[in-house]
Amino acid sequence: MTGTGTGKGIDRRRLLAAGGGLALTGALAACGSNTGRGGGGSGLGISQWYHQYGESGVEQAVKRYAAAYRKARVTVQWRPGDYDRQTSAALLTASGPDVFEANGPLLDQIRGGQVVDLTSEVEPVKDDFNQAVLAPKIWQDKIWGIPQAIDMQMLYYRKSLLRDAGLQPPQTLDALVDAAKKLTSKKTKGLFLGNDGGVGVLSGTPLFAAGLSLITEDGKVGFDDPAAARTLGKIRRLYADKSLLLGAPTDWSDPSAFLQGLTAMQWSGLWALPQVEKAFGDDFGILAFPKDGPDGRPSVPVGAYGAAVSARSAHQAQARAFAKWLWVERTDFQQDFALSYGFHIPARTSLAKKAAKLRKGAAADAVRFATDYGYAEPLLWTSASRTAYQDALSRIIKDGASPESELKSVVRKVNAELARVGKT
Amino acid sequence: MTVKTTDAAGGPAAGAQPAGAAQPARPSRWLGPQRRTLWFWVFVGPFALGLGLFTYVPLAWSVYLSFFDAHNTVSPTDFVGLGNYTSMLTDRAFLSSLGTFLLFTAFIVPATYVLSLSLALMVNRLRFAQAFFRSVFFLPTACSYVVASLIWKLSLFNGVRFGLANTVLGWFGADQTAWLSTTDPPWYWLVIVTVRLWLQAGFYMILFLAGLQRISPQLYEAAAVDGARPGWQVFRHLTFPQLRATSVAVVLLLVINAFQAFDEFYNLLSDARGYPPYARPPLVYLYYTALGREQNLGLGSAGAVILALIIAVATVVQARWFGLGRKED
Repeated sequence: MTGTGTGKGIDRRRLLAAGGGLALTGALAACGSNTGRGGGGSGLGISQWYHQYGESGVEQAVKRYAAAYRKARVTVQWRPGDYDRQTSAALLTASGPDVFEANGPLLDQIRGGQVVDLTSEVEPVKDDFNQAVLAPKIWQDKIWGIPQAIDMQMLYYRKSLLRDAGLQPPQTLDALVDAAKKLTSKKTKGLFLGNDGGVGVLSGTPLFAAGLSLITEDGKVGFDDPAAARTLGKIRRLYADKSLLLGAPTDWSDPSAFLQGLTAMQWSGLWALPQVEKAFGDDFGILAFPKDGPDGRPSVPVGAYGAAVSARSAHQAQARAFAKWLWVERTDFQQDFALSYGFHIPARTSLAKKAAKLRKGAAADAVRFATDYGYAEPLLWTSASRTAYQDALSRIIKDGASPESELKSVVRKVNAELARVGKT
Repeated sequence: MTVKTTDAAGGPAAGAQPAGAAQPARPSRWLGPQRRTLWFWVFVGPFALGLGLFTYVPLAWSVYLSFFDAHNTVSPTDFVGLGNYTSMLTDRAFLSSLGTFLLFTAFIVPATYVLSLSLALMVNRLRFAQAFFRSVFFLPTACSYVVASLIWKLSLFNGVRFGLANTVLGWFGADQTAWLSTTDPPWYWLVIVTVRLWLQAGFYMILFLAGLQRISPQLYEAAAVDGARPGWQVFRHLTFPQLRATSVAVVLLLVINAFQAFDEFYNLLSDARGYPPYARPPLVYLYYTALGREQNLGLGSAGAVILALIIAVATVVQARWFGLGRKED
């Protein structure tokens, strides 16, 4: 405890402390955030976010569009990984994007004031947008996102396999259950609805096929009906019959399982059409989800990523102008975006009509399904409602839980959510 | 102590002063003797600051959020009192996630304990190539949970006929099994438990090996002289009691690790559309509630606080039970 070493010029303590201080400064300096706006430079910078598209060429294309904008310097961020979660987190702070595409925007993002009203930008061409995909972007008569391109899902089947089994393409859910069972063999399963047995991807599709809905037009629960339990019970039968392919290396959004012959039928997206066409030529067909029950009608889910502007953006006016320029004015870019890479339907009806690629073969069928049978998840279908519904669906399909009692608790949850978002 | 430190501070400082300076440097009340207080903060400050900024502030903020309806915001205004807590505690999914966690812990802790202890006993007896086997069993520890989960999910236990497990079963004419999608019987537990066993058994084996090597050989010699039969009797009455300190540490670490279970569950079972309602431990559930598309930060925080309380209670009970930190007798 006696003092020593005080006579030295620089002692160990001082050196260590200085080193520690330097390290701390460095660490803090490294904490600076990369917002994608680019450092320094002249001119105003806007950052724009996209999720990672699977089709090659999209990234280059969106960067090309951004570079063509003259009024501001737009930096595109291509964000692989869990995009929804990244944007959710980024919107809590000011360091997020200015313009971003969203699988939404979600109702809670709108209610929370995280995105700005784009009504005046869209208003002049509002009627030209596909109304089914525009509807979920509207809350309290204001438009919160500009639909970019329409995605849809449908059922792919191998014509030859069905013919060999003496089957017609199934037009009812019962026929689908039977066909899947007959097509199942030691090597091939009848139907692929995703590795979770259809829980995630089907969502409200079977309900629409039974003539019901998730949320009705007047904002009530749309499946508080015995028909819902009956239809979901049939999906359970697909699982119980062991007709479903489960645990494939790729999920439903990728046509690989279908292409590799692991399954005779697969639920997938329009985007998979070019790959399937290339692999099977004429030997495949597509269907909407078959109808069930007397009030049923075929159904296909449609949806569109929407371009939204962050409310915390420092350059809100410029960001809105850019969003309008790209997704309202530049129809040439919109057409290129929807049709040149993967397979999407342009969100603008006028462009969809012009697209030659969508006029023949399976693509034409798909467009017809989307127009006649398309439904979009309503904005009021919140994430909490979806989770409750998917949990119940999983228990019905996999555990054989009673559809009636499972749905009853979902209805209760959805009613609570509707009450929550209904209050101002 | 006071006298001593005053001396220590005043003495050398005064001695170093030129004769002309009459007054010895007065130890400042704020800097402490020999400026020790200053140095204390220079060294501890950055870490305390980091700890406060990145651990305690978020923690306190989370507690604050748990009393608000905080959808998509971290600066909420809608005070709901204990509303989030009551809805979390009556939430069937949250309660079942606690059940999942208990089940998982009840299995993985004893299983890893037994497996790593057996490995350590076996490796410890080897006369040659001990270093080799030690490394072989330890190597999986270096593998990341994410990578291991993906290998388990995509190649060992995938549901199609060319998955490793299904290929082996196929030799015996069994049907292909969808390991992660089958809830009856719950095969997914086999996948989850084996991946964790493979990853962590080696690490605990090393801890046990260290413990085994600390046991004095004289004890074994004395036991032999006293007529103890090698094998079970020696293990039961000598080796196992001597490993007590190691065992306590291992069990504590295992339980804490089980509490933190997230990586392999998430990577094995989640997909783009969510997470199935089974095998969903609390952290995964809260992750979806608070940070997923739901962004219900208030409810998620309430769940996190509940979970933290449970962990705190469990740790205290466990420490009491095992007498953690108690002096060895």
